[in-house]
Amino acid sequence: MIQSQKGVQGVVIANSEGIPIKSTLDNSSTVQYAGLIHQLLLKARSTVRDIDPQNDLTFLRVRSKKNEIMIAPDKDYFLIVIQNPSD
Amino acid sequence: CKSTDTVNSETAVGPGSVQSESSVRRLVRMEIVHVYTRVRSEFGRYCLLSDCGPELTLDLLPDPGLSAQFILRTPRDQATQARCDMSEHQVNTERFETESSGVNHTEGGWPKDVDPNEMEQTIRFRKKVEKDEGFMNSIPQLGNIMVHCIQQNNALDIYQEYCTEEDDGDSAEPPSAKTINVFRDPNEVKRTVTCLSWHPDGGKKLAGAYSSLHFQTSHTSLCQDSYIWDIENPNRPELTLKPVSPLVCIEYNPKDPHTLVGGTYSGQIAYWDTRRGSQPVELSSVEHSHRDPVYKIIWLQSKTGTDAFSASTDGQVLWWDVRKLSEPTERLVLDPGREGNLERALGAICLEYEPTMPTKFMVGTEQGVVLSCNRKAKTPAEKLVCTYEGHHGPVHALHRNPFFPKNFLTAGDWAARIWSEDIRDSAIMWTRYQMSYLTDACWSPVRPSVFFTAKMDGVLDVWDILFKQNDPTLSVKVCDEPLYCLRVQDSGRLVACGSQGGSATLLEFCSGLSTLQKNDKTLLAAMFEREAKREKILESRQREQRMKERSRSEQSDAGRDSSDGLDAYNVQQLMTRAEDDFYSVVEAELRRRDEQPQVTEHIKGLE
Repeated sequence: MIQSQKGVQGVVIANSEGIPIKSTLDNSSTVQYAGLIHQLLLKARSTVRDIDPQNDLTFLRVRSKKNEIMIAPDKDYFLIVIQNPSD
Repeated sequence: CKSTDTVNSETAVGPGSVQSESSVRRLVRMEIVHVYTRVRSEFGRYCLLSDCGPELTLDLLPDPGLSAQFILRTPRDQATQARCDMSEHQVNTERFETESSGVNHTEGGWPKDVDPNEMEQTIRFRKKVEKDEGFMNSIPQLGNIMVHCIQQNNALDIYQEYCTEEDDGDSAEPPSAKTINVFRDPNEVKRTVTCLSWHPDGGKKLAGAYSSLHFQTSHTSLCQDSYIWDIENPNRPELTLKPVSPLVCIEYNPKDPHTLVGGTYSGQIAYWDTRRGSQPVELSSVEHSHRDPVYKIIWLQSKTGTDAFSASTDGQVLWWDVRKLSEPTERLVLDPGREGNLERALGAICLEYEPTMPTKFMVGTEQGVVLSCNRKAKTPAEKLVCTYEGHHGPVHALHRNPFFPKNFLTAGDWAARIWSEDIRDSAIMWTRYQMSYLTDACWSPVRPSVFFTAKMDGVLDVWDILFKQNDPTLSVKVCDEPLYCLRVQDSGRLVACGSQGGSATLLEFCSGLSTLQKNDKTLLAAMFEREAKREKILESRQREQRMKERSRSEQSDAGRDSSDGLDAYNVQQLMTRAEDDFYSVVEAELRRRDEQPQVTEHIKGLE
């Protein structure tokens, strides 16, 4: 699965309300990620749709100094993967 | 209507005629009249209108004789444009006050029947969702997208920066500075920022000493606090320091970033620990402190890290151990006669101390003299090693070049001077006399040839002596009030300057002024050496001339002509020799340094 890929630190699946369904991280981090990213996702999606109503968000990457957070949104759920870029 | 001209048109108007007023008025001088008459009996008759062609009534030809009475005016260019008037206004938004506060996150989003604290319920909910069909379908799809991106990341770093090693070197960008923040005195009555000190650990905080240096202003209404600012937050100072009398100078301990020492207007020294609050932890006693405001205090390099020394215009330099501020550990009176006489002592305005040379220090005085002192001398007389005279007014700043400790910068009156320790008679390099008084100066900690000066007209000058010696490389008008003090942060990029109105401005300089170039050190070393040599040659020449004068006056009785001739010949010989030496050195340098035309200009100026 995704967890076996190189550099992946954690995977979180959450539903459209921000409740984590499945996760490979500990509880507190999971809750934090799910809640915060849910908000970010709503904002990003509304931004994309404001600019062009026909458009929709397909993928979101947040690159930070330490790692990269990748978010794949869907109608009811979203998938979060935290990866350490390999370089 | 047809008009009928009557025969006697010039004479009085008949009963049935209407005269055309306008034509009469227009051509009064020429008495041309166009009469328009209608017989009374014909009034009221039906008008029969018919076209008639144009009739030339009068043809006035231009009279060229009249042009002699007129003068031709110079043509003027007048641009006009038919558009609406617009005006330009500058607007500055009101200060935006920000405050940091914490937010409490609690888990939410759970449906009403599920209690987030109950593990069983949450697990049950989760299991239910997992079995949901939508879940089963969408997650693998998302998984595929995700795997694609992960593999992409693993294969190639899409954010990699290429060519990071590209060095601008001689970038064509002109030097620039940007104001980042202004920290204003929060009190009603503004006091001058007399001294600034950067936090030794990273320089995220700035301590400012606020006091009013005007002679005998009323101190009751004046707030006595000084502040420590966090550079990110200009709205409110991070910590207020409450001394017994306004602080004139303040300094962070480079060994312990929590402690500060400050000198007050009353001459006392106060010691703070930021962990312990706004009141000073210790305060020196009035009897044993200075009798004038303490203008400068510097921490010393010692084993305990608690030693400092201070200077004031009462002519004393006192050494303190901050653990016991009741009495100074050592005292030095700046008497140029070396007798320890307080009456004749020179008032000290600034101090200089380099941690790598712990026994030597320098004092800049009100009288324009810089004294170099040795702390470890046996007798007080030997403590004052030598003097450097050259300024016409108080020496406000004294700073050794961090890369070349033998050379130091002084600022006072209207010019800044660079000295070499070995040459006592004059400075080796100096700036032109500026338009306003210099109040502070310091070297940049990263570039050996760059120094900053603060002036009374509110301008901060950046001088780069390798680039241009006649003028500052960059002049920044910081504010309209005089700038009183200047401090560079250790990174060399940020400079804080304090003004009379109580505002401390934080400026950031472009990278050209704050990154070390490859040849800086060698070029500057060569420059200092050359200037020092020049001064030495001039000094030796002057000394020899003086000796010749003295010996000539001694021999003036016996054989005047011969001795004069002999002495004149000797003097001439010495002069030519000195000149030859000088020119040969200069030419050697010129040949070696072809690529800096500014430097050769400077040499030409000396010639």
